[in-house]
Amino acid sequence: MPKAQVTFEDIGVTVTVPAGTRLIEVSEKIGAGLTYGCREGECGTCMMKIVTGSEHLATPSVLEDKVLKENYAGVANRLACQAQVLGGHVVVRPG
Amino acid sequence: MSRAGAVRPGEPVAIAPDVFWVGALDPDLRQFDIILRTANGTSYNAYAVRGSKGVAVIDTVKAEFAEEFFARLWSCCRPDEICAIVLNHLEPDHTGALPALLKAAPQASLYLSCPALKMLKGLVKESLDEARIIAVDEDTRVDLGGRSLRFLYTPYLHWPDTQCTWVEEEGLLFSGDVFGCHFCDSRLFNDSVGDFRFSFDYYYQHIMRPFREHVLTALDLIEPLALRLVAPAHGPILRDAPANYVRRYRQLASPLLANEAGGREKTLLVFYISAYGNTERMAQAVRNGAEGVEGVRVSMYDLAGGDPGPFVDLIEEADGLVFGSPTINGDAVKPVWDLLSSLTLVKVKGKFGGAFGSYGWSGEAVGLVEDRLRGLKLRVPRPGVKVKLIPTDEELEGCAELGRELAEHLVGRVAPRHIDFTAPNALTA
Ligand SMILES: Cc1cc2nc3c(=O)[nH]c(=O)nc-3n(C[C@H](O)[C@H](O)[C@H](O)COP(=O)(O)O)c2cc1C
Ligand code: FES
Ligand SMILES: [Fe+2]
Ligand SMILES: [Fe+2]
Repeated sequence: MPKAQVTFEDIGVTVTVPAGTRLIEVSEKIGAGLTYGCREGECGTCMMKIVTGSEHLATPSVLEDKVLKENYAGVANRLACQAQVLGGHVVVRPG
Repeated sequence: MSRAGAVRPGEPVAIAPDVFWVGALDPDLRQFDIILRTANGTSYNAYAVRGSKGVAVIDTVKAEFAEEFFARLWSCCRPDEICAIVLNHLEPDHTGALPALLKAAPQASLYLSCPALKMLKGLVKESLDEARIIAVDEDTRVDLGGRSLRFLYTPYLHWPDTQCTWVEEEGLLFSGDVFGCHFCDSRLFNDSVGDFRFSFDYYYQHIMRPFREHVLTALDLIEPLALRLVAPAHGPILRDAPANYVRRYRQLASPLLANEAGGREKTLLVFYISAYGNTERMAQAVRNGAEGVEGVRVSMYDLAGGDPGPFVDLIEEADGLVFGSPTINGDAVKPVWDLLSSLTLVKVKGKFGGAFGSYGWSGEAVGLVEDRLRGLKLRVPRPGVKVKLIPTDEELEGCAELGRELAEHLVGRVAPRHIDFTAPNALTA
């Protein structure tokens, strides 16, 4: 199975997950400080900062792009309920 | 024109030169937004501001009161004079008459905060001419001729889209729900109405308190203004010493007693309840474990000996929370839920949380409490501790480990960990 690694910087936890996993599927299980509202890419509550490895995330959907814009997101921001990790190692933190 | 300060049917009330109250009184209301009570009803304050170029309408009223609103509005201006409609937030108690107003004044532009744009579709179901809708920011200035409207973005006071509207020439702040309260008194001005101080505080506690940090940011914007008049969306218009009410918000948003640990130490609260002493012994072990971590002040409370209110005050200031509950009839016990369902009054998002408890055969309590903590947006960084009946020394050591680890998280001293979710049983290991 293709795998990927994600480090949640705020709590110092690194996880190994199957490629294609959305961050929302793991971040709550391990108690990272990412928080969710709608859970479906609408409200922007789950905005996070990609510290390194953004190239390992699937490119944002039209919906995600729109919500990021509406919430004045910077280039390093993604929605944790939408972003899928495809491989490699991604480091994220809340924000 | 009406006598200043006295509301009469169908008549507007002048609150400043060419500025009129055109709201509605709802004296019989006793419950608001499900979460608030009121002994004095409420008012929906809407306003009209006249300049040499046109009239701006600031907010409207709840739908059932549209007729009363329009009667007042049309006796101080003609529909074709309205050039601007401003909504300080989109909650239905202030936007109920919006669809009718948009129709009556088709030439008027609608001024909203950016986040309000996203909600507008959910509110006005007919299609709206996009060209009429203007998203404002702190640089926007709406010139009415001789006076102008500016906007302060005050998000989450108490909706994401909340803003205040400022008329510099008059020192007049249309503050929306901020500085408002549910207190209906037809004398309208704070120096004429009955004593509404408890309503003012109560409104803050129930509506604004969950957003305390946003309140403090908004006060930084509001305090420097040379305020002569504050015109909120509910309750008395503050013309006598309006700065006192701003100061009161600052007090209400500050901790009551300075926290001795404030700044230097992190705080961890251990709440427990126990019928036979098993969960209590676990609580003591959690506390002892946490106390071993330098820089953390640990406090422990038996939920059987207190009411949610004061505990909520403690939680608002704390960095970490641990809850101990036995499992009784397949659930955590009511005092735990009573506290956990009272936390919408304060911000708990991002605090660290954990759970533990003794059980007999099924042990649901710990998992249910953890789910609730996650639902409240706490971080629950490690699985809680469940112990069957009487805890052994080894199991108590597991409780101490829970306390220690949470405390280490609070001071950011937790050792980096790796979890392999592609391995079987990753989280239970
Ligand atoms: C005090 C208050 C707080 C609210 N908080 C939220 C919220 O956190 N998230 C949300 O999606 N909607 C929130 N809303 C919006 C309501 O869910 C929305 O107005 C809904 O349409 C009300 O439904 P009802 O007509 O059945 O009462 C809030 C509304 C009020 C009055
Ligand atoms: S949780 Fe709402 S956008 Fe992700
Ligand atoms: Fe409101
Ligand atoms: Fe309101």
